[in-house]
Amino acid sequence: MIIGAPKELLAGEARVAMTPESAKALQKLGYDCQIETGAGVSARFQDTDYEAAGVTVASSASALYEACDIILKVRNPEEKEIGHLRKGQVLICWASPAQNEALLEQVKAQGASLLAMDMVPRISRAQKMDVLSSMANIAGYRAVIEAGNQFGRFFTGQITAAGKVPPAKVLVIGAGVAGLAAIGTAQSLGAIVRAFDVRPEVAEQINSMGAEFLMLEFEEDGSGEGGYAKPASPEFIEKEMALFRAQAPEIDIVITTALIPGRPAPKLWPAEMVGLMKPGSVVVDLAAEQGGNCDLTKAGEIIETDNGVKVVGYTDFPSRMATQSSNLYATNLRHMMDDLTPEKDGVAVINMEDDVIRGVTAVHNGAITFPPPPLKIQAIGKPQTATPAEPTAEEKAAAELAAMKKAGRQQTAMLIFGGLFMLLIGAYAPASFMQHFIVFALSCFVGFQVIWKVSHSLHTPLMAVTNAISGIIILGALLQLNSPNFIVSLLAGISVLIATINITGGFMVTRRMLAMFQKS
Amino acid sequence: MDQNIVTALSLSAAVLFILSLGGLSNQEKAKRAVWYGIIGMALAVGATIFGPGVGLSSWLIIMLVIGAVIGAIVAQRVEMTGMPQLVAALHSFVGLAAVFIGINSELNPPALTDAVEIIIHEVEIFLGVFIGAITFTGSIIAYGKLSGTIDGKALVLPGRHAINLVMLAATLYLGWLYLGHAGTWTLLVMTVIAFIIGAHLVMAIGGADMPVVVSMLNSYSGWAAAATGFMLGNDLLIVTGALVGSSGAILSYIMCKAMNRNFLSVILGGWGGTSGPQMEVEGEMVPTDLDTLAGDLQNAESIVIVPGYGMAVAQAQSAISEMTRRLRDQGKSVRFAIHPVAGRLPGHMNVLLAEAKVPYDIVLEMDEINDDFPETDLVIIVGANDIVNPAAQDDPNSPIAGMPVLEVWKAKQVVISKRGQGRGYSGIENPLFFKDNSRMLYGDAKASVDALLSKLN
Repeated sequence: MIIGAPKELLAGEARVAMTPESAKALQKLGYDCQIETGAGVSARFQDTDYEAAGVTVASSASALYEACDIILKVRNPEEKEIGHLRKGQVLICWASPAQNEALLEQVKAQGASLLAMDMVPRISRAQKMDVLSSMANIAGYRAVIEAGNQFGRFFTGQITAAGKVPPAKVLVIGAGVAGLAAIGTAQSLGAIVRAFDVRPEVAEQINSMGAEFLMLEFEEDGSGEGGYAKPASPEFIEKEMALFRAQAPEIDIVITTALIPGRPAPKLWPAEMVGLMKPGSVVVDLAAEQGGNCDLTKAGEIIETDNGVKVVGYTDFPSRMATQSSNLYATNLRHMMDDLTPEKDGVAVINMEDDVIRGVTAVHNGAITFPPPPLKIQAIGKPQTATPAEPTAEEKAAAELAAMKKAGRQQTAMLIFGGLFMLLIGAYAPASFMQHFIVFALSCFVGFQVIWKVSHSLHTPLMAVTNAISGIIILGALLQLNSPNFIVSLLAGISVLIATINITGGFMVTRRMLAMFQKS
Repeated sequence: MDQNIVTALSLSAAVLFILSLGGLSNQEKAKRAVWYGIIGMALAVGATIFGPGVGLSSWLIIMLVIGAVIGAIVAQRVEMTGMPQLVAALHSFVGLAAVFIGINSELNPPALTDAVEIIIHEVEIFLGVFIGAITFTGSIIAYGKLSGTIDGKALVLPGRHAINLVMLAATLYLGWLYLGHAGTWTLLVMTVIAFIIGAHLVMAIGGADMPVVVSMLNSYSGWAAAATGFMLGNDLLIVTGALVGSSGAILSYIMCKAMNRNFLSVILGGWGGTSGPQMEVEGEMVPTDLDTLAGDLQNAESIVIVPGYGMAVAQAQSAISEMTRRLRDQGKSVRFAIHPVAGRLPGHMNVLLAEAKVPYDIVLEMDEINDDFPETDLVIIVGANDIVNPAAQDDPNSPIAGMPVLEVWKAKQVVISKRGQGRGYSGIENPLFFKDNSRMLYGDAKASVDALLSKLN
């Protein structure tokens, strides 16, 4: 089958769905690849690069659609592109099927199949094709860079001969992939980063990125299906706003990334908050395409408010880093093709039994298959609700004391038992035996004390040396050697022989081993 | 030589043996400590030979010389990877000698008059032969399994516990008959039964439990020597036997603790029961290649290498040592993390790494290094599986739940060198391989590391 990627039509879209590198991988899966001429130029991939990777360059979009069985795209298709589709063709792109019912109908009418990359379910197996994550990662990074571009100060605090510069304070709202990427970037630029999320379980991730988690004292868990947030109650929003109101005058840069699947973005940073901010502060709204987390956001633009706060509403962060994002997006698509081609024979199979493939398939075989049924397996483990209470210091001390007492009692019991046992033996056994028995008991005791001190790394030499000294059994054989009984003498002789092997072998090998241990 | 002088020399020998074992508490002292052991042994043997009733006969000299030559050759030739087999083989000798000496003592009894003394002496013979016989065949089977001549898998006969119990009961009955002076045949039949018990016990234990088995046999060989000492009324034998016996017992205990298993359940074979279904492992093993790994190594500042039995099988220690040397020359921190039960012998990995000239001060125990994993850039796992399995901590239903493991998954990245996609000795899935920060490097460990060396300059 032939896979092709056309030039993106949307103005300003610089990404491309196939890179020379991903094309090579697709060819390994058995596919032939085509690219529309000039499709990669804005992502810095020339036609010649593609040709060098074995990709056929198609002269026009219509020629490409004509030749290919599978079309890879970045953005959802425009009218003109849908017109090119034919029966049995498969279109794989970002499609937002929940918001684009008309698109699904049109694709259905053309008889083509549509796989929506933004519908990849959030399970570990599918992470490699999760375009939401890979693009959000870029958006989070770029959001900080754009904010820095608009912000008139350093991120990092400095003390210079020309005066002291305080570090920038960054607030990241929503700690999804984009939020975490933004936290990491701002942190590494030297800013003081705080972060907020309605899902308390992400606190650990926020802390691990080096940011401070703004805790909200409220009994409500904002976690919804698949690791996303769900809408909050009015009381919760009230508390949240109070928290933000306290932060706003202090914060230099706000990056909002809050999205709730299938709904307009929640208004978390209303005009009131912007009004509280210092002049020169920056708000970057990553949710601009879904209506924005900030009231003042204008999609695709930067506005400056009356009090001198800039609100960045770009919707094309990934496209601003087209080479990087094309590489990641194309790799996501390549992994998707990997799963679609179980036999690695260049034939794509849309297996509706497969959770991931079922999830992305929006139109197939002349029917709209969106929305997919719920996943068979739980996507992301639900956080454990009841964490066992940490034992307090007193409880710990009490437990230790109890353990000590228990050990003491056990030891006493064993001593008493052992003493009684000795008495019992002493009552019956003859003196000669008792004498040996005392030697034996004391030796065991010494042995235990000595062996516990042996270093773990010397356990093998320990075994070898105990092997050697257990050759001491030779003494028994020696004493029997001069017996008049031939059999006794013979067996004793053999015993002497093998015990000697033990002694020499054991000691020599121990010496060999110990000689190897060297300090650096 | 006077008996009192013999006794004095024996006492010196016993003290030297204790010093010899105690000296193993650190690497530098240990080299001196072996000499204590050697001198102690020379004193003990010399005193006995020149003491009353023995004398230097030609028969004795021949046996001593042959034994010494064989011992020396074996000790020179053995590969460090073959240490477990050697140790097992040496245990079997002690066991066999104990059996012979016990039978000899029955054939040629000392002149005892007191009835209680006679009974005690007979119990001592019986016990000494029993332990010796189990040690002998058990060690031979262990030798076979470790050297690969016998299949390493656990042999599970139907009703094996019942078989063991029946044999044990038969042994007790024969012991009763023997004490009732039924004749030497009872001792000989018991010896045969004990041979079977020893073989059967070890046959039922699989490869990775061998550290416990070898330590246990070490312990038995000591107890056999101690029992012989009682039988002959020789205190030096008793002291030495008790030292060796307790040494083996402690090693077994440490090994069992490191697997969070009960000694009996290891010795009787098989894994303990689990209470529910194991956690589903989600995700996918992501392979990596040598070029990527070489790049990762160049970028990493702190590296921890976790060796397992697979490293010994692949003989990869020298290549790893060379890689370690080069990385350290570049100023990186490279350390080794050793799990107590890694390998087939307690401390096996330490010896292999020492042989490959890895300095011992960068080879750390589990407890010393476990807290450092979160600050580690790259962990390389060579032929280890169960000892790095996070299921031991996360999944209460896992057969290895509660076993202390190396927390490698907390490192920034983990690369696992593995022959194939198979499971570990315990036969359970390892969720580590499916983690996001894990990468699989398939192929023979030695070949992989050698190829990696050519990429590290």
